[in-house]
Amino acid sequence: MPLSDEKLNELKLVCKDLRKSILKMAHAANSGHPGGSLSATEILTVLYFAIMKYDPHNPNWHERDRLVISKGHATPLVYSILAKAGYYKGDDLLTFRRLGSPYQGHIDRLKAPGIEASTGSLGHGSSLAVGMALGSRLDKLNNRVYLLNSDGELQEGSTWEAIMSASHYRLGNLTAIVDRNRIQLDGWTEETMTLEPINKKYEAFGWHVQEIDGHDMNQIYNAILKTHEIGIKEHKPCVIIAHTVKGKGVSFMEDEVKWHGVAPNDEELAKALAEVEKE
Amino acid sequence: MGATVTEKKEMIATRVAYGKTLAELGKENLNIVVLDADLSGSTQTKFFAKEFPDRFFNMGIAEQNMIGVAAGLASTGKIPFASSFAMFATGRAWEIVRNSVCHNMFNVKICATHAGLTVGEDGGSHQIIEDIAIMRTIPNMTVIVPADATEAKLATRAIAEYFGPVYMRLGRSNVPVLFDEKDYEFKIGKAHVIKPGIDVSIFAYGVMVSRALWAQEILKSEGISAEVVNVSTIKPLDKNTILSSIKKTGCAVTCEEHNIHGGLGDAIGALMSEENPAPLKRIAIQDQFGQSGKADELLIHYGLTKENIALAAKEAIKKKMK
Ligand SMILES: Cc1ncc(C[n+]2csc(CCOP(=O)(O)OP(=O)(O)O)c2C)c(N)n1
Repeated sequence: MPLSDEKLNELKLVCKDLRKSILKMAHAANSGHPGGSLSATEILTVLYFAIMKYDPHNPNWHERDRLVISKGHATPLVYSILAKAGYYKGDDLLTFRRLGSPYQGHIDRLKAPGIEASTGSLGHGSSLAVGMALGSRLDKLNNRVYLLNSDGELQEGSTWEAIMSASHYRLGNLTAIVDRNRIQLDGWTEETMTLEPINKKYEAFGWHVQEIDGHDMNQIYNAILKTHEIGIKEHKPCVIIAHTVKGKGVSFMEDEVKWHGVAPNDEELAKALAEVEKE
Repeated sequence: MGATVTEKKEMIATRVAYGKTLAELGKENLNIVVLDADLSGSTQTKFFAKEFPDRFFNMGIAEQNMIGVAAGLASTGKIPFASSFAMFATGRAWEIVRNSVCHNMFNVKICATHAGLTVGEDGGSHQIIEDIAIMRTIPNMTVIVPADATEAKLATRAIAEYFGPVYMRLGRSNVPVLFDEKDYEFKIGKAHVIKPGIDVSIFAYGVMVSRALWAQEILKSEGISAEVVNVSTIKPLDKNTILSSIKKTGCAVTCEEHNIHGGLGDAIGALMSEENPAPLKRIAIQDQFGQSGKADELLIHYGLTKENIALAAKEAIKKKMK
């Protein structure tokens, strides 16, 4: 079932706002990670505004859906979306990365609300999510655990230990989404350390696999709903390999390794904002 | 040859000196191989990678595997230099470092950058303040922290010559160049008195050496003669130099960009209690995690300043007089 046109338009506007905020935050901090924030914008937008159950006024509500952001460097995106979701006003987002700011370089659950787990060291989030899924099951909760992985962190052995354990424990309440933007820090993933075939690897580890366009919000939405169905029916953890573009929405950042961890200067910011606005 | 401090205005990060020296060494010694974990631009192994692509291995974001593979390479007679951020090279890979590298006595050089608070904006998840503790506790491991670019260059050369596991801690941020290659001698296991004095011994390593020197000037202006010792090899500790300084001055201050637990302060404190009990003050991070901010701001926020060193020196002197 597709999202209604009205809903889709609403989500597109959210993405536009998020992209602007991401760019402004990186610019203000003169550092940070715009590329991998822009690639995951649609994924998180669908999760927060069409899928997940949560209460920003009661972030610790026991029955909430939980989202582990394993690519903890995507802070410009995460802190912007938490503001949009109502966890805080966010009028101080531009203090990002400054001394004393709640908005740290890598997400920190003790400094801002709405973050399930502090990450930043890659390859930690998957195990955390498995633990949350096991805990939810012990408590017989009806919630789901979502996990956002980067593609680069699939190189960490710890990620595969978690993947193995998720199917062993038949965690049908776990949905992982891989932001397959094909770029890591030093270069293209396939040139740095081959990841493909990712789908077959997950399958061999006992997961249900879907591949989608990670910027098409209808595809994201439907793929996530499908994981709910499979999870209940087959008691399998599910992964969605979301094919994305690093730096999406800003022509000069798209598919450019450089924009993994560099902030735009004044001129680049103006150009980027104009492009996002026109979209 | 001793250890003269040269007042230069230049600022260079120790990781930069490391990267350039590694590329030089690549020409001189064909056994040198370099491994990185998707951070070659940051750790500066990119220079070596460019010149010697056949002897460079990017292992991807997989630090445990990187260290294990480095150990395997060492077993075949290669001299592997493995680099990543210090958080991951020491923390993530600790047990591999302990068992595959040190327990085997394999000749692996773990040269890790972005250590301590001076990582800056990346924040607490990336600011390792425990690396000295967890590395120095492993048998067979040598632990080195260069104070400036000159020492980083000389130390890189020295560890390539030395046989055995080494952890070398390097920084992200620019630090003042303190030493001139022409009159600075680096020897593994040798601490240098870089300013002689008689009232108090100040022991420091890494970025804190320049702060110790600035504190020495503050103290001098107040009529106190402080001795500054650069302890760039944390393990094995240069007991002779340290103890003879304390015997002369009768009290000590240690300064480190590290948690208060397990670092140089503890190492020197233990040495002093056993060999020559005397007052000691430790300047270090007070058992807290770091956070995002500018490198210099963070050093101030966590109390790693010349003013605090000078204050600690005066307190140590006062205790000695009781
Ligand atoms: C364990 C670990 N090793 C290294 C790093 C340094 N680092 C930060 S981001 C990054 C790579 C980014 O690529 P990817 O993981 O694919 O993220 P994305 O492209 O989605 O931003 C690296 C190596 C880290 N944060 N954690």
